[in-house]
Amino acid sequence: MNDELGFLSERVAKGKLSRREFLGRAAALGVSAAFANNLLATAARAEGPVKGGLLKAGLQGGAATDNLDPATMTDAFQFIASRQWGETIVELDADRKVQPALAEEWGSSKEAKVWTFKIRKGAQFHNGKEMTPADVLATIERHADVNSKSAAFPLLQGIDKIAVDGQNVVFTLKDPNAEFPFIITAHQVVVQPNGGKDNPTAGIGTGPYKVTVNDAGIRLGGERFGGYWRDDRGFADQIEIVVINDGTARNSALQSGQVHMINRVDPKVVELLKRFPAITIRNASSRGHYLFSCQCDTTPFDNNDLRLALKYAIDREEMVQKILGGYGSVGNDTPISKTYPLFTEMEQRKYDPDKAAFHYKKSGHSGSVLLHTSDVGFPGAVEAAQLYQASAAKAGITIEVKRDPGDSYWSEFDKMPFKASYFGGRPTQDMTYSLEYQSKAPWNEFHFFNEKFDQMLVQARGELDADKRKKLYSDMGQIVRDEGGAILPMFNDFIDATGPQVGGWATDGNQELMGGYALSKCWLQS
Amino acid sequence: MVPKLIAQRIALGILLLVAVSVLIFAGTNLLPGDVAQAILGKTATPLALENLRREMGLNDPAYVRYFHWLFGILQGDLGTALTTKLDIAASIRERLWNTLFLAFWAAIVAVPLAVILGLVAVHHHNRPVDKLISGLALASTSVPEFFIGYLLVYFFAVKFQIFPGISTVYDGMPFLDRMKAIALPCTALTLGILAHMMRMTRAAILNVMQSAYIETAELKGLTAFEVIRKHALPNALAPIINVVILNLAYLVVGVVVVEVIFVYPGMGQYLVDHVAMRDVPVVQAVGLIFAAVYIFLNVVADVASILANPRLRHPR
Repeated sequence: MNDELGFLSERVAKGKLSRREFLGRAAALGVSAAFANNLLATAARAEGPVKGGLLKAGLQGGAATDNLDPATMTDAFQFIASRQWGETIVELDADRKVQPALAEEWGSSKEAKVWTFKIRKGAQFHNGKEMTPADVLATIERHADVNSKSAAFPLLQGIDKIAVDGQNVVFTLKDPNAEFPFIITAHQVVVQPNGGKDNPTAGIGTGPYKVTVNDAGIRLGGERFGGYWRDDRGFADQIEIVVINDGTARNSALQSGQVHMINRVDPKVVELLKRFPAITIRNASSRGHYLFSCQCDTTPFDNNDLRLALKYAIDREEMVQKILGGYGSVGNDTPISKTYPLFTEMEQRKYDPDKAAFHYKKSGHSGSVLLHTSDVGFPGAVEAAQLYQASAAKAGITIEVKRDPGDSYWSEFDKMPFKASYFGGRPTQDMTYSLEYQSKAPWNEFHFFNEKFDQMLVQARGELDADKRKKLYSDMGQIVRDEGGAILPMFNDFIDATGPQVGGWATDGNQELMGGYALSKCWLQS
Repeated sequence: MVPKLIAQRIALGILLLVAVSVLIFAGTNLLPGDVAQAILGKTATPLALENLRREMGLNDPAYVRYFHWLFGILQGDLGTALTTKLDIAASIRERLWNTLFLAFWAAIVAVPLAVILGLVAVHHHNRPVDKLISGLALASTSVPEFFIGYLLVYFFAVKFQIFPGISTVYDGMPFLDRMKAIALPCTALTLGILAHMMRMTRAAILNVMQSAYIETAELKGLTAFEVIRKHALPNALAPIINVVILNLAYLVVGVVVVEVIFVYPGMGQYLVDHVAMRDVPVVQAVGLIFAAVYIFLNVVADVASILANPRLRHPR
C-alpha cells in the first residue's frame, strides 16, 4: 500500500496528478490526511527545490510603528523579516535540537561553565563585509547590556564574560548550564555588523535575502543575496512580506493568489478554508499556551486548596475543542508539553466538579472570584473565560468575569490577581522555569515563590547527567502542577496556510511559518 | 460684505484649529499606559521600561511637551516618531498622498454620479425610476462598509479574479496598476457616500421645484431638463455643495474601515497603528492634519455657499 502511495506522491511532485486526486486515493486506501500530506511534502522535497520567482507571504502582526531592530521586535512582521535578512549563532531544527548556523561547532568545559563556539568563515553581511567573531561578540554585548531594551536581555544574564579567541567566541557563565546553546537560539539575537551597535535598524545581516524595500506596516521586499553561504535556503529570486492584519482579507488574498502563504488562520474558519482544493492548512503543535494565571501571594489565591479547586473546575477538552477548534492539545497546569526535551509524563488532570467543590470547601473561601480577561489576553480569551465560568459554576464556584479594554491590559496586568494570559513557550525547561516560574524571574506573573523549586532549578541547570536532570525536572513539574499559579488548559497550534504553488514546506512548531523560515526554505513550484 | 463674511469664516477656522490642537494633546495624554509600555508589551520589565522612557523624554511634564510640539509645528516640524525614530512629516507624506489619491478618485466617480442620479430622480419624480435609484442608493449606504467591502472582494477578487483584493500601493507603482489596485476600495467608498449626496440633491431641487418661478419657467415653455438646469439647480446649489464637501471630508478622515479591509496604506491605518503603540507625536500630527482637512473643507463649503447665494452676492 505504501509503495502505491509513494509512487502516487511522486507523480504529484512531478505535476502529473493533482493534489486533490492524490488525497482522494490516499483516503480510499485508508490513510489519514495528515500522513498523506506528509508523504506529499517528502516527495516534493525529493523532487528538489525550484529556483526563481517571487514568493509572497501575507502576515498578521505588522504595524506602521515597526522597525527592523531585532532587539525590540514585537510581532510577526519584524520576526519573519529578521529570519530572512539575518541569522542567529545557532538555531533550532524542527525536532527542537540545536543546529549549526553562524557557528559551525561548539563544546563546553567539563562542568559546562565555559562554552566555546567556532564561528564560520565565509559568511558575508549584505554590506559586503565578512562576518567575524567580533561581530558575534558585539551582538551578544548589545543584547546583554544593562541599558538594553532587548527582549533577550533576561535570557543572557547567565553570561559572566565573553571573549574572542581566534575564530572562536568563548562564553564564561556565572553558573554551569548544560543547555546553554539553546539560549542563544533566541530569535532576537540576530548577528549584525558590530552587533548592531551603530545602526540597529539597518536590516543588514547574513541571511539569504537582502532587504530592498521596507515600508513599515505595509510591506517588506527582499532579493536573494548573492553571497549567501548555504545552498539549502533562499530559492525564490525575490520575497515579499505584505502586512494584512484583517483575517478575512488574509484568507481572500491567499484564495485569489495574491500571496502564497499566510499566518494565523482563525480556528473558526479553518474548516471553511479547507474546502478550497488549492489551499493547504499547515498546522504545527507549538510550545505556546493559553492560561489563566493567579498570583500565589494575593488572597484568596494564596490558598493552595483554592488554586486546586480552580484547576479542577476547568474543562480542558472543551477549551481545546471550542477555543482552538481542535487545533491544539490539552494542558496539565505546567508549561512543559511533551515536545520538550527531558519531558516526563504526569497524570493528566481532568475536569472534576466534585474534587473542585471539595477543595473549594476546604479552602474556606466564600463569595465569588474575580477573573480579568480581554481580547488581547489570548485569541478567544473572552469566550474561554465564559466557558470557565460555566464549568466552575457546576462545581459551586462563582467566577465573576470582567472584560478589560485591550489597550491597557498589559500595563495593568500585574495589578490583577487572576487573569487570562499567554506564553509563547521557550526551547528548554530551564529557560521556561528560569524566566517565568523562578522566584526572581522577570515574567513570574504567578508570584510563585518556592525555595525548594528555585534550588532544584539551579541544581538541574548544572547537572550534566541527563537522567538525574530529567528526574529533577519531573519533580519540579509536579510542584508547578500541584502548587503553582497557572491554570493551564491548552497548548495552541500554529495554523498557517499555503496556496497551490508552495513547495518544500515541512512542519516546524518552533514558531509560526516553519519556525519563521518558510520564505527561505520554501520555493515556488511551476 | 462678502469679503468680510469670508474673512470671518477663515479666522474662525484657524481659531478652531488651535482649540483642536489642545484637545488632541489633552486627549492623547488621557490614554492609559504609555508608549514604553506599549512597545514592550507583555515582555516589559521595570528596567527596560525605565530605559525606554528616559530615552524618549517621557518624563517631562505635559505642558512642556505641548508647547515644544506647538512651536515645532509652527516651524513646519512635526517631530519624530517615538517608535520608529523617523521624521513624521516624511513618513506621513506618502500615506497622506495615498489617502488623497483614493479620496480624489472616489470623489471623481461619486460626486457627478450622485448629482446626475439626483437630477434623473427629480425628473422621474415618484415614478419607478426614482424609486429604483433611491432604493438602490439607500440600500448600498445602509449596508455597513465592511460588508460591502467583503462582498466586493468575494466576487471581484476571489471568484472572478478581476481586481486585486488587497490594495497595497507603493511609491513608483505604474499608474494603471495603481488604478487597478484602488478599483475595489474606490467602489466601496462610492457606494458608501452615494446615497447621501444623491438624496440631498434630489430633495434640494424638489424643494425649489415647488416655487412659483419654476412654474413660470414651465409656463414660458422651457423643457423639463432646462427648467432643472437653469432655474432649479442654481438655487439648490448651496445645500448640495455642503453635503458634497461633508462627504469629501469623510473620504479623507473616515475611511479607516475600508483601508483595513483592502489593506490600503493610507492615513487611517497609520493612525490606528500609532494609537495602539501610544506614539503620541504621530497621533497628534495625524489628528491635526485630519482636523485641518475637515476645517478647511468646511470653510470652503461655507465660502462656496456664501458665493452661491445671490442675496449675499448682491446685497440691497
